[in-house]
Amino acid sequence: MPNVTLRIFRGDRNGGNTADHEIPLTPGMVVLDALHYVQKHQAPDLAVRWNCKAGKCGSCSAEVNGRPRLTCKTRMDSLPHDKPITILPMKSFPVIKDLVTDVSWNYKVNKKIPGFKPRPGTEWKMLQEDIDRVQEFRKCIECFLCQNVCHVLREHDKHDEFGGPRFFVRVAALEMHPLDGVSRIGLLKNELGLGLCNITKCCTEVCPEEIHITDNAIIPLKERVVDEYYDPVLRLVRKIRGAS
Amino acid sequence: MNDKFETHEHDVLIIGAGGAGLRAATEALANGASVGIVCKSLLGKAHTVMAEGGIAAAMANVDPGDDWRTHFGDTMRGGKLLNNWRMAQIHAQEAPDRVRELEQWGALFDRTEDGRILQRAFGGHSFKRLCHVGDRTGLEMIRTLQDRGVQMGFDVYMECTITRLLTDGGRVVGAFGYWRENGRFVVFKAKSIVLATGGIGKAYQITSNSWEYTGDGMALAYEAGAELMDMEFVQFHPTGMVWPPGVQGLLVTEAVRGEGGTLRNRTGERFMERHDPKRMELSTRDVVARAIYTEVKEGRGTEHGGAYLDISHKPAEYVKRKLPSMYHQFLELADVDITKGPMEVGPTCHYMMGGVRVEAETAATTIPGLFAAGEVAAGLHGANRLGGNSLSDLLVFGRRAGVAAAEHAKKQGAASVDPAQIEAAEREALAPFERKTNENPYMVHADLQQAMQSLVGIFRVEQDLQSALGKIAELKDRANRLSVTGSRMFNPGWHLCADLKSLLTVSEAVTRCALARKESRGAHSRIDFSKYDPVWGKQNNVISWRNGEMSLQQRPTPELPQELQALVEAEKGAGA
Repeated sequence: MPNVTLRIFRGDRNGGNTADHEIPLTPGMVVLDALHYVQKHQAPDLAVRWNCKAGKCGSCSAEVNGRPRLTCKTRMDSLPHDKPITILPMKSFPVIKDLVTDVSWNYKVNKKIPGFKPRPGTEWKMLQEDIDRVQEFRKCIECFLCQNVCHVLREHDKHDEFGGPRFFVRVAALEMHPLDGVSRIGLLKNELGLGLCNITKCCTEVCPEEIHITDNAIIPLKERVVDEYYDPVLRLVRKIRGAS
Repeated sequence: MNDKFETHEHDVLIIGAGGAGLRAATEALANGASVGIVCKSLLGKAHTVMAEGGIAAAMANVDPGDDWRTHFGDTMRGGKLLNNWRMAQIHAQEAPDRVRELEQWGALFDRTEDGRILQRAFGGHSFKRLCHVGDRTGLEMIRTLQDRGVQMGFDVYMECTITRLLTDGGRVVGAFGYWRENGRFVVFKAKSIVLATGGIGKAYQITSNSWEYTGDGMALAYEAGAELMDMEFVQFHPTGMVWPPGVQGLLVTEAVRGEGGTLRNRTGERFMERHDPKRMELSTRDVVARAIYTEVKEGRGTEHGGAYLDISHKPAEYVKRKLPSMYHQFLELADVDITKGPMEVGPTCHYMMGGVRVEAETAATTIPGLFAAGEVAAGLHGANRLGGNSLSDLLVFGRRAGVAAAEHAKKQGAASVDPAQIEAAEREALAPFERKTNENPYMVHADLQQAMQSLVGIFRVEQDLQSALGKIAELKDRANRLSVTGSRMFNPGWHLCADLKSLLTVSEAVTRCALARKESRGAHSRIDFSKYDPVWGKQNNVISWRNGEMSLQQRPTPELPQELQALVEAEKGAGA
């Protein structure tokens, strides 16, 4: 099989450049395999985050030829070989070194979200059809690719007032849990800045778990915020009907 | 006091943030301790996240005949009676409550028709027993525990590697490590420490484990003077991917067989009929792994040296719903649509039954203040672990370790950390930067993996094990000459130097124990001693550090009480 050139960002907080590495292709090779080849044979200090190598842990996110991807699931044979393959760190987070970025902001956002709390007197029975939609959200592997492409974070840098798609998915999973007894609607509106999202669906497009972030999480949450804050009539009707 | 380094102080320090570490942390918090939890990766990325099939717990939601007694019996028979019976009993009795607890903390398991937690069949379990979420049960579990810990308020030290435990007069008082991000050193002072570092998969070439699983907890405990037990019992999961090369070893969940998947060799024969006609594909992992290995060795393997695992006789929609990540994994990484055709699979190093020797009730090691839970600890699984018993192990013994660590901390006064120990740890960590040799850590690691794979693998023989010991000694010499380039900023080559030290320690322990056990039992198969030996059936290999040498002794297994005897004899497991 032919050789191919990787053009990898090398640098840290103070800046850096790309460096070219030529590597031999093997059948079925993914970008993360290629990065490991570089580590082993050419640049032992190349910083790369990874764990499971199976698309289950969400550690190895990077931008491959300009597209945010899990490098463990990006096949080398899906990329053109006639020019170098560029591999850059996620743009929306500060670089630590090479392909490793500082994603600690995400963990801070998560801390703001009140956890699951069952309604008093809960009986622990749930039907599968009532949890299907929540299980979709629970598939999230926290690769933070959705956070990386969201223009509110990527272009407008609103990390202080916006939670980002990952945490809308998390809140949706809690809000739609059939037995949960906490409301996080105020939090969504005020602290997580849900209103800043203008549903461009960039997050949905990059999700490696194929979670319908915009349609199934963000839009229903926006509707709940509207109901709660801007539509007293509907709110009243719902109350009378006894729906949440 | 040494104030040269950043220092953090906690009642309880947990090393490792997978299922066991997180469960220990939340329990220690609930018992009033201040808790710090250290992990080599980001929070939520530990190997628990990859667990697929489910959590074994005799809840009897699907099969009303199940209860802890049958779970206990299955576990003991699966472990070929080498298990610590008391651990197996506690595990079987407490697992259902631990699962219910997860649900009460927000986990959403797949449901039965009447709305209870659904359970599926798995190898070696007499009843449908595995509580699951499709094939991503571990993700559900780790997210639930991590969020609970965050809500309760533990301090998380992510991307931090511990290289040494600090002791004072025979008890543990802290740990020394470095931040992966910037290479700076950090000291933790603690009254109790819980090891929850997982296994040793990276000692082998073909493994389902990620870079983290280098036996750190076992090596740390051993160096601090604790005992290691049953190190010869390394589980090879029967079904790892075999093609393409980059994904070799990647796990193919046992749930494929649990959901009705069949194994065939190149000639189309369902070869499990010859190896375990009664349980077929749902035999225990040791038996199925040896069966596939033997088929390949005898020339009946597939194109890439494996067996065919087929679930395509089930409706495509069912396969996609029950095994979604397997569907995607094969489609995207191997160009195989598992709803249409078979997968190629072969054994992969998956799990360590052996580890730090602990007390059943408290997860306490032989060192005061040091506890161990989950894969890093030995005893529950004996000579072979049943699928699904790992996640329940993490919950049951993680919780018990958390309670005991918090209790221990309450009784301890302040301890002092010894500056000399810290300085020695610092010197050791920095040595690879100062050497001007050309010994590359990646090459030493590759050579170790090759040696363990070929000489201490599924089938073992005296001569190979002897030459493995020679190899390991050579590799230790090379490890003492490792040199690295670049800075201390996130430098994986340097990080590997520390991991290699642990790997070499555990590899030696595995090999010594394998050499000593002159019989075949569970995951340990000797070509030169292919039968059970009744004497070895009643003793464990125990490793400890004596005067700079690795010393090996045999200890009698705890006597099984009369009233439990009947539960393990109900049905004999398949042969070794």
